Amino acid sequence: AHDFRSTSGDSEDTELRFVTCQSLWNQIKSETEQIQEDLNKQLLDNLVGFLSRSHSEFQEKTTEWTCRMKFREIPAAALVLGVNVTDHDLTFRGLSDVLQDNITPYVALLEAKDCPSIKNLIQKLMGQLMSCDVDVDSLEDEDYVQVSQNRIRCSMSSLINWYESVIKKTDSETPSKKRNSASRHWDSPPVVVIFKDMESFTTKVLQDFIVISSQHIHELPLVLIFGIATSPMIIHRLLPHSVSSLLCIELFQSVSCKEHLSAIIDKLLLTSQFPFKLGEKVLQVLINIFLYHDFSVQNFIKGFQLSVVEHFYSQPLSVLCCQLEDVKKRVNSLSHDQCENIRRLPSFRRYVEKQESGKQIDLLTNDTFLKEETEKLLEDLHVYHENYVSILRCLHVFTSSLPKYPLGKQIRELHCACLENRVWETEEYESSLQLARMLNKTDLVTMLQQCVEILMSSSGKEFDKTIDKLKEFLTQFQNLEAEASQERDVSVSSQKELQKKTDLYHLQKTLLELKESRRSKKLTKFEMLRFEVVDSIDSLVRKYLVPADTKTLHEIMYFNTATVLRGHLNAAPRTALHTALNNPHWYLKNQALKCDGGGISNKAPDICIVYKLHLECGRLINLVDWLEAFSTVVMAAEEPNADAASSDQVDDIIHARFIRAVSELELLGFIKPSKQKTDHVARLTWGGC
Amino acid sequence: MPNLEHPAYPAADLLRLESLVPCRESQVSMLLSIFGERQQFSFPSIFIYGHTSSGKTYVMQTLLTTLQLPHVFVNCMEYFTSRLLLEEILIQLQTCSSDTEQASPVHCDSFNDFVRLFKQAVASRELQDQTLYVVLDRAEQLREMEANILPAFLRLQELTDRNVTVVLLSEIVWELFRPNVGCFEPFTMYFPDYSIGHLQKILSQNHPPEYSADFYAAYINILLGVFYMVCRDLKELRHLAALNFSKYCEPVVRGEANERDTRKLWKNIEPHLKKAMQTVYLREISSSQWERLQHDGGEPGQLKGLSAHTHVELPYYSKFLLIAAYLASYNPVRTDKRFFLKHHGKIRKTNFLKKHEKTSNHLLGPKPFPLDRLLAILYSIVDNRVAPTANIFSQITSLVTLQLLSMVGQNDQLDGPRYKCTVSLDFIRAIAR
Repeated sequence: AHDFRSTSGDSEDTELRFVTCQSLWNQIKSETEQIQEDLNKQLLDNLVGFLSRSHSEFQEKTTEWTCRMKFREIPAAALVLGVNVTDHDLTFRGLSDVLQDNITPYVALLEAKDCPSIKNLIQKLMGQLMSCDVDVDSLEDEDYVQVSQNRIRCSMSSLINWYESVIKKTDSETPSKKRNSASRHWDSPPVVVIFKDMESFTTKVLQDFIVISSQHIHELPLVLIFGIATSPMIIHRLLPHSVSSLLCIELFQSVSCKEHLSAIIDKLLLTSQFPFKLGEKVLQVLINIFLYHDFSVQNFIKGFQLSVVEHFYSQPLSVLCCQLEDVKKRVNSLSHDQCENIRRLPSFRRYVEKQESGKQIDLLTNDTFLKEETEKLLEDLHVYHENYVSILRCLHVFTSSLPKYPLGKQIRELHCACLENRVWETEEYESSLQLARMLNKTDLVTMLQQCVEILMSSSGKEFDKTIDKLKEFLTQFQNLEAEASQERDVSVSSQKELQKKTDLYHLQKTLLELKESRRSKKLTKFEMLRFEVVDSIDSLVRKYLVPADTKTLHEIMYFNTATVLRGHLNAAPRTALHTALNNPHWYLKNQALKCDGGGISNKAPDICIVYKLHLECGRLINLVDWLEAFSTVVMAAEEPNADAASSDQVDDIIHARFIRAVSELELLGFIKPSKQKTDHVARLTWGGC
Repeated sequence: MPNLEHPAYPAADLLRLESLVPCRESQVSMLLSIFGERQQFSFPSIFIYGHTSSGKTYVMQTLLTTLQLPHVFVNCMEYFTSRLLLEEILIQLQTCSSDTEQASPVHCDSFNDFVRLFKQAVASRELQDQTLYVVLDRAEQLREMEANILPAFLRLQELTDRNVTVVLLSEIVWELFRPNVGCFEPFTMYFPDYSIGHLQKILSQNHPPEYSADFYAAYINILLGVFYMVCRDLKELRHLAALNFSKYCEPVVRGEANERDTRKLWKNIEPHLKKAMQTVYLREISSSQWERLQHDGGEPGQLKGLSAHTHVELPYYSKFLLIAAYLASYNPVRTDKRFFLKHHGKIRKTNFLKKHEKTSNHLLGPKPFPLDRLLAILYSIVDNRVAPTANIFSQITSLVTLQLLSMVGQNDQLDGPRYKCTVSLDFIRAIAR
């Protein structure tokens, strides 16, 4: 996939682009892994705590009465991971690594597809446990294990024998080694068995395994971990009470995938750390796939990777998509072809048109001048990004607390809205401003404080003034508080007046008066201030949240060809098949096949003709009629005048071609032989998709 | 109370045995009389059945070990193939019989081999004149092995021509075992369930050393009053008793009540036990969590049980797919036109509708539906256009792996696969919100 060189000569810096792409991707990858680790940390810590607790109790006080009386249950952790099954692998890998570091070397991961029966399960389990034993023993007696594995009897008792021998071995090891291992594990570490996909296991296998192992829990300290994708209710559905009463189940829940995605977007997109950006449409495609289809963060990252590769592959100027420090060097070393590429960029042309004529000519003819200008523009773009992110966060602080979330609850929705077009021209923005004008004071103050924090932490230099202004607002609010107490006195007195009057007529009158005064009353100081705050936010938005595609040279940083991505990630096999059969020109690019509207060309491949004819039929297709129609179509152009002569006799060759085409359709799953009627086939699809 | 008496065994052993098997004296004496003296041939096969935790395994094991009868004890559940089972019996024979060091690993592929090796093993022992007992626990598993295993075990004495008795322990009756070709009929014996009095007696036997037997017996009485309705499993009851005993003792420890203040103690423990019945007993929360809760004195309400987490978050289209599947499963095909087509014409009011739909479709369970119907309903319930992309199809498959849908008839995938919706109305309601 990384064969960039074949596209053109090196005048387009393919080598450099490739290197840039790789280093960028590596950065992104390590970042995502870090995020995943951070998010899972809590869960893993809880699990490790559970595991270390689970068997230690029994080891300490075996003599106590309650322990003797209590039925010894198998400790089991129900790990609810959410429906995004593709992400689970990483979590489990992290889990088993953590366990092997902290708790026990004996961790086995079981998948339902490997365990159709209890026999396979135990085989798999023993295989994994014994091989992890080899790792721990640093391969010193590998041959012994190899031999024993071959003739080992796959039963629980041999597993117990193995465990005892292993424990004994670690005891008798050299003291230095023992201390080393004892620091990490205890003298009899538990054996952890992880069931990756609890839902897919057959009930019988699970039940049998639990029953068997519960009989040996005294000899083999087993801990089970169930990976659950749906809800923990599945445990009760899979296991009857007699079996689930053998377990001591505790529940653990992982971070929801939506939070995970938010973290990823926050760290990958809403940051100026990475020069590469996703355009609005591309981001929308990726988010839609996530929300509508799979909830899989891994797939989102894969899609992100694809866009990185595609961007660096298809855009020659992506060589400039790098950190600001490198830009100058790279701009200077641009070839003439690359300069021409810049000049061809639509955003650059728009920019040129706005300049005065002298500069226009320079930009279009003088390479060095162009390079200087490009460098300046790229710097502008970087500054724009930094400001954009901070202001976006500030705006999100406001919009995320409004009722009904007119601009979306998540920052990603806001981001998309801002990328799409001028956000301040949308209706949603208007309504959210209106709502913001009705916020109460405490909310407003906390929001302003948050905004100040965000702006302080951002690296942009232009915000000093803004920060000052916001701080001024805050002090003004504080001053208001002092004044407010006085005002309250006034209002209280008017209330008192109201209470004094008991006469109905007077009451009505005063109420009307009050209403009147309220309507015409001048805005209070607080309201004035509130308007000011909202207006200043509005002006910030108008200044900084300009959509990226109005910026000059945005094509260098932004990947915006959503169609490519959609084609790769959201394939539509049925539609593709239909297009291929209905309109072969689409794929074959043969001029002769170019058909006009609904007609059936006889030059098309046989299968296409057969397919088109079958679209006109109902659920059952009469083969004879079909053949007739087929031969008519085929003969029609070959010998336009001969069809009268050989009317009822179908040519053998045509017959054979027909049979082949029909069986091809059957292979593709469009039709199947039917037993309802002789000489008929049944359609398996309906409509034309 | 029938005292155990048998001339062949020393009286001290018998007395000890009697104390170990409370409430099962009659069964034990029956077994002893069948076993006869050590060297006497006994009945070739004995079949013992009874409900869960009616003491079958325990009685057999204590009987054989206290009287030091030579025996082999195997759980058929654990040795799930016939080969494993037979080899395990032979291994146990080797280890329990001779003082010679670990013999070579046994290989036994068929029952024929087993008989040969069994003869060898028994011949090598000095105990030839004693009856050997082979106990097969959870014998119902034998039915799932090869057809010859069960009949062969039943007449092992005859096949090997040695002094051996096979004891089968099972939870189901002999009638369900009998192969249709007929076989040697074993001597069947029934272990009845423990009555509430028996349970009381057995549970009170093991009282904690710090407290008197009476105090513990009173506790057990309360415990049984709460749990006897739902649970008669001795093991489970004992577990529950151990879990909740510390709570029962609390007033005594604090000095608020003395050991005889039964009423006060009852008031203290009863709501607690009821709560335990709803949570720990159903394994909604684990027993270690329950203990910690007791220790901290927290309310059980803080901890959410397993069933509290019923909500499943699904992707947008998966939700619609599942709803469509539910509609397809519970609505008859002929109503599709009425429900999902915009111009369906008038609904004809005929009597025949009433005739058929008297029984609710929910009582009849989900019906299978073809893939195309699912997609057609999906297209009509989703507002905007849905492209039939690979993602949609893979979501159907992943719903199947999550056991929210199930595939009916595992035939060819191309041949129009059929599905069933396996989730409940409540689940769909929660999703549709």
